Amino acid sequence: MNMTMTGTPYTPAKMPESSYLTDGYSLRSWLLTKDHKRIGILYMVSLTVFFALGGIAAIIMRLELATPAGDLVRADTYNRLFTVHGIVMIFLFLVPSIPAVFGNFLLPLMIGARDLAFPRLNLLSWYLYMLGGIITVGVVVGGGVDTGWTFYTPFSSTYSNSNVVWTVAGIFVAGFSSILTGLNFIITTHKMRAPGMGWFRMPLFVWSMYATALIMLLATPVLAITLALVGVERIFGVGIFNPALGGDPILFQHLFWFYSHPAVYIMVLPAMGVMSELVTCFSRHRIFGYEFVAFSSLAIAVLGFLVWGHHMFVSGQSVYGGLMFSALSFLVAIPSAVKVFNWTATLYKGSISLQTPMLYAFGFIGLFTIGGLTGLFLASVAIDVHVTDTYFIVAHFHYIMVGGAVMAYMGAIHFWWPKLTGRMYPEWWGRFSALLIFAGFNLTFFPQFILGYLGMPRRYYSYAPEFQALNVMSSAGATILGLGYVLPLAYLLWSLKYGAIAGPNPFRAKGLEWTTASPPPTHNFAEIPIVTEEAYAYHDMDAETDGREVVAGEDRP
Amino acid sequence: MDQGFRLFPKEASTIAPQVDLLYFFLVAVTAFFTLLIFVAIVYLALRYRRKSEAMPPETKTDLRLELSWTIIPFLITLVMFGWSTRLFLKMSTPPKNAMEIHVIGKQWMWKIEHPNGAREINELHIPVGRPVRLIMSSQDVIHSFFIPAFRVKQDVLPGRFSSLWFEATTPGEYHLFCAEYCGTDHSRMTGRIVVMEPAKFEAWLAGVAPDETPAKQGEKLFTTYGCMACHGERGPTMAGLYGSTVSLADGSKVVADEQYLRESIVNPAAKVVAGFEPIMPAFQGQLSEEQIVRLIAYIKSLRTAAGGEANP
Repeated sequence: MNMTMTGTPYTPAKMPESSYLTDGYSLRSWLLTKDHKRIGILYMVSLTVFFALGGIAAIIMRLELATPAGDLVRADTYNRLFTVHGIVMIFLFLVPSIPAVFGNFLLPLMIGARDLAFPRLNLLSWYLYMLGGIITVGVVVGGGVDTGWTFYTPFSSTYSNSNVVWTVAGIFVAGFSSILTGLNFIITTHKMRAPGMGWFRMPLFVWSMYATALIMLLATPVLAITLALVGVERIFGVGIFNPALGGDPILFQHLFWFYSHPAVYIMVLPAMGVMSELVTCFSRHRIFGYEFVAFSSLAIAVLGFLVWGHHMFVSGQSVYGGLMFSALSFLVAIPSAVKVFNWTATLYKGSISLQTPMLYAFGFIGLFTIGGLTGLFLASVAIDVHVTDTYFIVAHFHYIMVGGAVMAYMGAIHFWWPKLTGRMYPEWWGRFSALLIFAGFNLTFFPQFILGYLGMPRRYYSYAPEFQALNVMSSAGATILGLGYVLPLAYLLWSLKYGAIAGPNPFRAKGLEWTTASPPPTHNFAEIPIVTEEAYAYHDMDAETDGREVVAGEDRP
Repeated sequence: MDQGFRLFPKEASTIAPQVDLLYFFLVAVTAFFTLLIFVAIVYLALRYRRKSEAMPPETKTDLRLELSWTIIPFLITLVMFGWSTRLFLKMSTPPKNAMEIHVIGKQWMWKIEHPNGAREINELHIPVGRPVRLIMSSQDVIHSFFIPAFRVKQDVLPGRFSSLWFEATTPGEYHLFCAEYCGTDHSRMTGRIVVMEPAKFEAWLAGVAPDETPAKQGEKLFTTYGCMACHGERGPTMAGLYGSTVSLADGSKVVADEQYLRESIVNPAAKVVAGFEPIMPAFQGQLSEEQIVRLIAYIKSLRTAAGGEANP
């Protein structure tokens, strides 16, 4: 690792003598920790396990789809695979991902606080998440569930012969983890900011966490209630969704998407927050249009609650209802576009370095742009009628969730890895796998847009022969993508022992988290910092001290 | 069905070229903005790549720029919304003269019934150049009737009717898919749409017609289930009911379409006709999906018999 590339003239060659990592080595010291940083790490390890589980399901699916005939697994097995892939990736990986790992780790550091407002509640959130996760994995081991992650009624509530009740119980429990995390973040942001850290001096990552927390708090209870009702209908036969019992199956879809559309923004808003940090740091520029970027997060959070009906254009809801949802869905595209334009404009006259996190950031912008623009096809009801429930949808939401959220998560891991561990990742391996993921991703999912417009429905385990060529491309891409995710796991673990020692601020980034040691001490700051400038004031940065004089009492190396 | 590799689906209905035109417009907009962002990033990243450790100068946010990249995308989406809305309204308004075919979805097959009683499974024969309206319901879970070559799709629900219309333009065979995940053999709930020249279609239809039309079978059910006891004299008459406007006990009015007739059979208390007591028993769970369809076919056949005029 060539340290001159990152240009840190005063980087110390040794790790700090004590840090949050040295504060106890026993299992107990981790499992009973109230330190937001250790809880962030607990989440990171568990998320990685669940991501691998969801990924293995995806790989088996892509292998099955390499040929038109259903020949690798049985139809019931395939249905269980895509269900577990969806449930694990959405509820156990994407929804918690950036907030639970980086929100937990960074929110207090970024606003100059010693911890979140409620450290015990924070630990409880992790236990709830794990309990939900273990129940869900138990379901997989015990025979699986075949409803799809969407649990459409009356299939889920009456007809499915799989473990629906246990699955919804798992998601129900994990949902409380989201709610408590959201609550914790909102109160922390309001009450724990360091002196001088006004709302418009907060890093945009904090704004996006705040917007995400609002959605978690307001939307997740609706999901919990809906899934509980599915359980009630299934166990007690009370007619809620099944028309044969006097229920209404469309009611389920309204309730489900009232959560699950905002949930898309739970997944992508934190990614946008990460983007604002990466783009500014690696172009050494204040963000272009700070207020526009900040308020577009809130606009997305608010509008995101009003567009759920666009999942139901062919469900039989009223024509005018559909048109209303169509108009609102076009509207929610605008704040996302504003963000993309502002990130791009931030590069103008900057000092741009193409280190690994920036490559992920560029990957995010490209893939998110395609994901967002293809969303306009789906907001157009006349086109949605044809492409909904086809591979077009599958491609679209993978561009947003994998191309957007996972790219940002990977960018965040690399960017804050030195802060988390005190050591650098290997730069050239980092760049190589970022490019591999970008290429593999496009090869996997771009053909699916074409497949979808051709009319191949989603959730098909055997398909018409004319769809094969595109499916083979997609399966080949998935193999590359899988390799792209395994590489970072390997070299990041390697770097824990052999990586170059990072020092407090290897990228010369702004933000309070970079003013403290890497890894940070248990209480983050020796003295609570006093903030005297806006976020991203790179132009003011003193080349010698990297702006560290704003922090009084910080231990100098 | 030609099984060769292709990148774009066939266009075989009147609506398909119109959907594709809007699609191409959106593809063009997407390509333009993706390319714009891509070129901008590559250019800026190379032009301003880091050459020294000196901090770059500050740039000020430009309000005019912010407003223009808020307002211009907004205007573009407005065009998309207007275009798509016009087309969607057309797609959701079936022509009056459409021929009506009943579709029942069940795990995992499509059952089709033509007006003359001809029945098919997983196949639908239709004539070219004539609007067809499908009246669909499901016997179990939600399914979705999807014909890619026609660019149409509609969910098929248990306990209610949904409808879909199209007019085929090119004879041939096309895919029929179930697009809403419905359990184990969802991916085998497929079939074909056979579009025929009108003369050939008539010949085919005559060849497969059964002895009794659905309306005739419905009439028998009407007697078997004792409907005549009330709907002969004491209760609301069925003659001319279909398509008429019915005044309800709560003062509102409702058009007696298929959905209304279904609801009034399975759950009569939901909409009570003005001037009558709600004494009819509910047939929820007692009639099969086919029986409901036939009873409605019978009631519809009475429209012409009675001259199609409104009743109370």
